[in-house]
Amino acid sequence: MTTPAVELVDIVKRFGAITALQPMSLTLPEGSFVTLLGPSGCGKTTTLRMVAGLLDPSAGEIRIKGKRVNETPIHKRNLGLVFQNYALFPHKTVYDNVAFGLRYRDIERSQIKKLVNEALDLVQLPSLGDRYPKQLSGGQQQRIALARAIVIKPDVLLLDEPLSALDANLREDMRVELKRIQHQLGITTLFVTHDQSEALAMSDTIVVMSAGNVEQVGAPEEVYNTPSSEFVARFLGASNIIESRTLSVDGEHAMVEARDFGNVPVPIERVRNAITGRESKLVIRAEFLTLNKTDKTPADGVLSVNGQVETVDYQGQAVRYFVRVGDRQLQAINMIDGHPFAEGETVSIHVRPRDCALLPGAIT
Amino acid sequence: MNGWSFIRLHAILIYLFMFLPVGVVVLLSFNDSQFGSFPMTGVSLRWFVELWNNDAIVRAFKVSFLLGGLTAMISTTIGVLASLALVRYEFPGKQFMSTLLIAPILVPEVVLAVALLLFLRFLNVPKSFPLLLLGHVIFTMPFVVLVVQARLVGITRNVEEAALSLGASPIQTFFTITLPLLAPAIFAGALFAFTISFDDITGTLFWKPGGVETVPTQIFAMLRNSISPEINALGTVMIVLTVGLPLFGAALARTISSRRGA
Repeated sequence: MTTPAVELVDIVKRFGAITALQPMSLTLPEGSFVTLLGPSGCGKTTTLRMVAGLLDPSAGEIRIKGKRVNETPIHKRNLGLVFQNYALFPHKTVYDNVAFGLRYRDIERSQIKKLVNEALDLVQLPSLGDRYPKQLSGGQQQRIALARAIVIKPDVLLLDEPLSALDANLREDMRVELKRIQHQLGITTLFVTHDQSEALAMSDTIVVMSAGNVEQVGAPEEVYNTPSSEFVARFLGASNIIESRTLSVDGEHAMVEARDFGNVPVPIERVRNAITGRESKLVIRAEFLTLNKTDKTPADGVLSVNGQVETVDYQGQAVRYFVRVGDRQLQAINMIDGHPFAEGETVSIHVRPRDCALLPGAIT
Repeated sequence: MNGWSFIRLHAILIYLFMFLPVGVVVLLSFNDSQFGSFPMTGVSLRWFVELWNNDAIVRAFKVSFLLGGLTAMISTTIGVLASLALVRYEFPGKQFMSTLLIAPILVPEVVLAVALLLFLRFLNVPKSFPLLLLGHVIFTMPFVVLVVQARLVGITRNVEEAALSLGASPIQTFFTITLPLLAPAIFAGALFAFTISFDDITGTLFWKPGGVETVPTQIFAMLRNSISPEINALGTVMIVLTVGLPLFGAALARTISSRRGA
């Protein structure tokens, strides 16, 4: 087995009496794209800064290419760092910004020129070399920051919310661009974001964090479809979490009795720690609840419950409904098919049991 | 007469009040008469020539330039280091240190001057040029610290962190990134320190050793004897220096930053 690019072994970070990061272990295989996802204050940036060498872990070990780097200062770690605010050197031209890291390496002048131009080509800004950063747009500046980070062929690329300062449209373009470049170079990447759609779109592995703890580590589909906790279910996408009781568990299904929905056979691969007779939580993504006219009978095996539309949030290609069912509001996101339902309308909500997931414990 | 023209007139009068005396001094410095007052009898540069030939004044200029230059150098160096510590690092008593560093401009200069003098007397140290320099450094440094600190706060730490991540050591990062970005503020701080030191009379009168005169103390001494037209010429030279230098500095700073597309 090859050595992983980065290994974090039980690293902890304390600031005085506050523990910003509980013991955390993580392995980044060579060439992988790993995302730390969580709300602000969850410890994701703290973790990135420890890998960078901008913070010292209070305990634990950080290894880059199998070598312990706890005592290695940042400028000897061979890292690429990209910040949310670009952090280009305002007094240097684009060319000199990109060439900066190369000047501290044993590289000939002619070779530097070649490498810088290659990097600028890669980020698709080949003709901006003699401009100053202030003359560029935000998106261009971020591309230059990326070029500056990758030109030194870092062992690991650290991205600290690099897209958060960009406009929505540009952000999506840059997302694709960033992923293309990462893929093309095969560079190991640690990406920090609070934006779940960025995390889902770009990552090989997502690490969901909350309050200094790792909530779940998994591939995007895994984290999205089989959340390990209520926090993960709520943080990624819009979820409905319904109290339920586990009735029985067999090799294929966990049969639960959910409030309003009745008996739901949840496929076993989407069930976590179901114990017969105990309380559990049924997780249904908003996009798997479909609204129908009340006279439409559900297909075989599809559950249905009646509700009343309270709020309609029109989003263009889709509509988000808030539907009152009993004393609770459910969220449904449906593609527009004909005419959207109106506020106050009574609808039949359908859901397929195989689109549900099950978590242990009572709702918090 | 409507309100706006009244305000305009008011403004003009205030400017006249402020600058007319200065204008008069400049005008009279070119007066041919041997009395430094009106009426003007002709235009001449003779008082500037006299000035040039007056050893005491030339000596005073040399002292003032040396003092101002050294004050600017020392106060800028220490001021920049102090600003770095105050902005970039956390240490106990930081707020207190910061206030203490600014204090010399809050304390009346006479009080500061007497205090330093008494302190030196207490230590039994005779007055000397290095001590005069020390005094000037003390009350010019707050200006450097204020200007440099303001600029440093605006330089995000991320820029330095980016340089470090690219392989520059902390010292290389300081000289290739932080210092060039701070340069306009350092330059402004140094100019401040120089002009303040060059202009100062209160502190200098208390601290200067016998026989050493700066330009302001020289003017002061000359005025006690008689009002010579030389003083007008000297005043003009002082005005040109202390007004021209900062203006030149500001223009230079603007040119540099516009070249960077700022």
